Amino acid sequence: MNQEPLWSIFINASLVNNFVLAYFLGICPFLGVSSKLDTAARMGGAVTFVMFVSSICAFGIQLLLVAIDAPYLKLISFIAVIASTVQLVEMFIKKFSPALFRALGIFLPLITTNCAILGLALFQTNKGYGFLQCIVYALGAGAGFTLALVLIAGLREKLELAEVPEVTRGTALALMLAGLLSVSFMGFGGLGG
Amino acid sequence: MVPADRVRDEEQGGIDVSNAELSAGAPPTSTWHMYRAMVGIGVCCGLLIVSVYQVTLPVIERNKAEALQAAIFDVLPGAVTSTTYRLQEPDGFQVSEGKDAGEQLVYAGYDDEHALVGIAVEAHGMGYQDVIRLIYGYSFENDAIVGIRVLESKETPGLGDRIETDPDFLENFKRLDVSLTDDQTTLANAIVPVKHGEKTHPWQVDGITGATISSKAIANILDQSAEFWVPRMHAKRADFEGQE
Amino acid sequence: MATSTKTTTDEFIKGLWKENPVFVQVLGMCPVLAVSNTAINALAMGLATAFVLIMSNIVVSLLRSFIPKEVRIATYILVIATFVTVVDYVIQAISLDLYKALGAFISLIVVNCLILGRAEAFASKNTVVRSTMDGLGMGIGFAFALLCLGAVREILGSGSLFGVELFHDSFQDWVVMVLPSGGFFTLAGWLLLFNWMKQRKAKKEQSAALTLAGEAAQ
Repeated sequence: MNQEPLWSIFINASLVNNFVLAYFLGICPFLGVSSKLDTAARMGGAVTFVMFVSSICAFGIQLLLVAIDAPYLKLISFIAVIASTVQLVEMFIKKFSPALFRALGIFLPLITTNCAILGLALFQTNKGYGFLQCIVYALGAGAGFTLALVLIAGLREKLELAEVPEVTRGTALALMLAGLLSVSFMGFGGLGG
Repeated sequence: MVPADRVRDEEQGGIDVSNAELSAGAPPTSTWHMYRAMVGIGVCCGLLIVSVYQVTLPVIERNKAEALQAAIFDVLPGAVTSTTYRLQEPDGFQVSEGKDAGEQLVYAGYDDEHALVGIAVEAHGMGYQDVIRLIYGYSFENDAIVGIRVLESKETPGLGDRIETDPDFLENFKRLDVSLTDDQTTLANAIVPVKHGEKTHPWQVDGITGATISSKAIANILDQSAEFWVPRMHAKRADFEGQE
Repeated sequence: MATSTKTTTDEFIKGLWKENPVFVQVLGMCPVLAVSNTAINALAMGLATAFVLIMSNIVVSLLRSFIPKEVRIATYILVIATFVTVVDYVIQAISLDLYKALGAFISLIVVNCLILGRAEAFASKNTVVRSTMDGLGMGIGFAFALLCLGAVREILGSGSLFGVELFHDSFQDWVVMVLPSGGFFTLAGWLLLFNWMKQRKAKKEQSAALTLAGEAAQ
């Protein structure tokens, strides 16, 4: 059992070991939806929500798998649960907020193949977190993901207007920005004591 | 495409549902088709996974045991065999056969004449980036930690990861004093980290310049773990001597 | 598909360079950045991904007429997850150290967009032979790209390649290259190189076309 205090889990997941900038999880949406600030914020919200739900599900599955002694089914059952969670969220948003649904577009189904979510499920079981710790971990990771996404989107919006050499347009520039952000996030190291 | 499909359907027995579907025209796909595809593939996948798991499991277990063995011999210089014990409070230590989760295990090392060299203990704690896991060797003869090895760490490469390589730092753990107070219940001196070059007592850990937090973390992990284990192991030393 | 003019070798070649999954299509970035801190990790990860890609391409194209389109994504994910679990256990059995270095990223091959992308876009519509070639090409292209990144990061960040020291002791390691940020910078560098080459080629073709047009006008 892991005894890590909750505040430390939150800080570590959101800042010190930021999922995007330190673990490189969820790079695809990070590069794909990060050119506009409000889309980025919405995407962050959707991912945080899916993380929260699938973290709880993954915790339950892990208990079940330990009980029936079938560790080899971990990966398959996690991915199945995440895929169904995403479907549910998609239906939910489509029904209650068509505008948001249109704004997120194809990125919503893409959350299924967002490694940040599967990564979260795998990490929380590796670390042996308890139920409350899992929830805090999921929220921290989601907050960190949203923060990274919003920061880079803000930077990219500014750079739209800047004169940059033609070869650096697009992904290469976003990657360089991400590199700089990643360096600055290293400054958070040691915060989580 | 279509004829091939139909042939295959007939070959597989063409059960009533799919036949009805076929005569009604091809799309949309029948529920039976979907079930058949999902369940068929699911069963095949399950079989494949289980058989690979069964084949690789003994190899993986052996690899893990070997890695643990190597780590134990590494932190207990002179040991050539080892036995796993589990803490059974308040009675003391018992030889552990299985490996149930949640048990508190220690590993006793013996030299080639079957004399007890010391005990290897695993410990973990928060480092600079993430959890550091390490194993250390405790020697009854010296009342000291006689070796450590980091099993898992994500410390900053080039800075924090010098806890694994820095020769001056590792020198600390050739003989780190963990002697007990007179009543044998607690460490006489807590293991404390000090700045590089300021080590004056055998229970102090000489830090690494530029990796202050990581080296402090190691000292704290050792202190907490030794505070728990050393008095218990000391009181029940006979438990380990009985074997072999 | 019978009328396609492409030969099977073309399917193989395109993944290596012209449609390289990392440098050109920018797919499957997460493992690319995360485990490319040394050349050996990068190579192992590249080969593991290539294996899963090839196997899933073969299986998906074999079963393409058996899988109804409504449940295709679910079955693809099932197939991919199975092969990833297999690779996971095999790597654990081969080398525990390697397994520790790659960590959870082996399991994360499941969500590599490249694999699902090829299954959906190529293997579900083509013959087994073509799909195998496509998987081979894309897989090797992916492994090659990972190796490029890993080699650059290891040479600059630790002064070695495949664990062999390259420089004299006086070489000061660029620690930043083995840190997460180094991954972003290195990949950005490679992309710049590819963009630049693409642009130069486009310019050449343009000027060639212009001179041709000019000659025709005269």
